Amino acid sequence: MSKRASVLGVGVATAIRLHGQETYPHECCGALVGTGDSVTAAVALPNTTEEGPRRRFLVRPSDYVLAEKRARELGGELLGFYHSHPDHPARPSQFDLDHAWPNFHYVIVAVASGKATDMTVWFLKDDRSRFDEGDLNGDENPDTNTAAAVHG
Amino acid sequence: MATKILIPTPLRPYTDKKDAVEADGATVGELLADLTKKHSGLKAHLYNEQGKLRSFVNVYLNDEDIRYLQKEQTPVAPGDTLSIIPSVAGGV
Repeated sequence: MSKRASVLGVGVATAIRLHGQETYPHECCGALVGTGDSVTAAVALPNTTEEGPRRRFLVRPSDYVLAEKRARELGGELLGFYHSHPDHPARPSQFDLDHAWPNFHYVIVAVASGKATDMTVWFLKDDRSRFDEGDLNGDENPDTNTAAAVHG
Repeated sequence: MATKILIPTPLRPYTDKKDAVEADGATVGELLADLTKKHSGLKAHLYNEQGKLRSFVNVYLNDEDIRYLQKEQTPVAPGDTLSIIPSVAGGV
């Protein structure tokens, strides 16, 4: 089966990186809006976790509803979510896996010492056993994206 | 008694892409059981291995979170609408 892909529109990757840098050392989070595999907008959302925002993020139900509404307003659909991993690799954690929804694009950006670096995208397997990494296209700053080489 | 259930985007592939479906039951638990019987792909994403609703799955009867009602024993009345609304969580 071919890998799924996320095609980021102009400015999307930059917006996600900037958000991750703004909230560092806390995690940022936001919604991905678009159609099919094409992400046309990143919508920043508040991280409402009460478990410590350096290691966790939470989009509460009321903000999820707003994200679906915003997606419709933008003429697209809610494709998924992004979040940052401050001083951790751009790979999903067990906590990410345990809380994942199917069919969503999950973009993760690593932020090392305040500087956004690697960006990756992941899709939950239907049996919830793990994430599959997708192809991330349209990243305006791919030189920072070394995750593919790391994953070999 | 058929009750309308609103389905969030990530679960619509399991409901023939519909954003609302109907299920039968006198309580929220019965509704969800009928829902997952009719749309079997939903079950693994709504319930954990112990058969409990996953913590990031929020179920609202009209505008009330069932956690603050009688949870899955909450009775359903004609005209009620059930909504499944995600929380999205993660971290390192």
